[in-house]
Amino acid sequence: MTNTPHSMRTPMGKVRYLGSAKSGTRHMLHTRLTAIALLPLSIAFVWIVVSLVGKDYNTVRATLGNPLVSVTLLLFLIAGIYHMMLGMQMVIEDYVYGEHTKFWLLALNTCFAIAVGLACAYAVLRLSFV
Amino acid sequence: MAEPNPSPLAAEARRPLSPHLQVYRLTLTMMMSGIHRITGMGLYLGTLLLAWWLIAAATDAASFETVSWVMSSIIGRLILLGFTWALFTHMLGGVRHFIWDAGIGMEHPEREYLAHMTIWGGLALTLIVWVIAYAVR
Repeated sequence: MTNTPHSMRTPMGKVRYLGSAKSGTRHMLHTRLTAIALLPLSIAFVWIVVSLVGKDYNTVRATLGNPLVSVTLLLFLIAGIYHMMLGMQMVIEDYVYGEHTKFWLLALNTCFAIAVGLACAYAVLRLSFV
Repeated sequence: MAEPNPSPLAAEARRPLSPHLQVYRLTLTMMMSGIHRITGMGLYLGTLLLAWWLIAAATDAASFETVSWVMSSIIGRLILLGFTWALFTHMLGGVRHFIWDAGIGMEHPEREYLAHMTIWGGLALTLIVWVIAYAVR
């Protein structure tokens, strides 16, 4: 491929068939945006858990059913699960070389994140409404 | 290379690999990079514990008693201690990355300070939270 200033090739023609980057900066940006959100949310999460240490079942239920606690936990779960999914995706892409293994591990990663996230969110909502 | 290549396939097989972890002297910043990933993966698996705890709390008193019993056992406490440490170390590691994203702290003394801040800050925050947890229990 020639890259002389006087080349007749279009920019598109030069990059075509060289493989795509598959995505832009979205992954990097979302990792950092969720990280910013997780700074206060993780501290709030630790605060909630510590306040429930050694408490009996009814107290725990009442606290987790409090709207402010519920919403904080849901925000923590959404940001945290998405952040960990992005992080594990990066680890898989870095260390797994086989195309088939990589594909299935990435799919498993997404499914794990959705399943755990949904289970946690369902439990939090159930604590509020049932 | 000066030597002749008998076939393209053989050239492919002899292609040099770039040096990896084992050829470098272990440095603090390198170790903290690994710890950031390892704590991240630990937290990933730790969400299973969080899901178990939340589902048990949403189910009934008996399920909650079971999860409380496991978490307050010696092994349960050690896992939660590790979970707390991983959370704070990963959090401070993230702050370190934000400082780097701003384009500062990458030179020699600063990056070592940041690595120390991550290690000791993570341990200190873990200790503080556990002292509070035992005090308010």
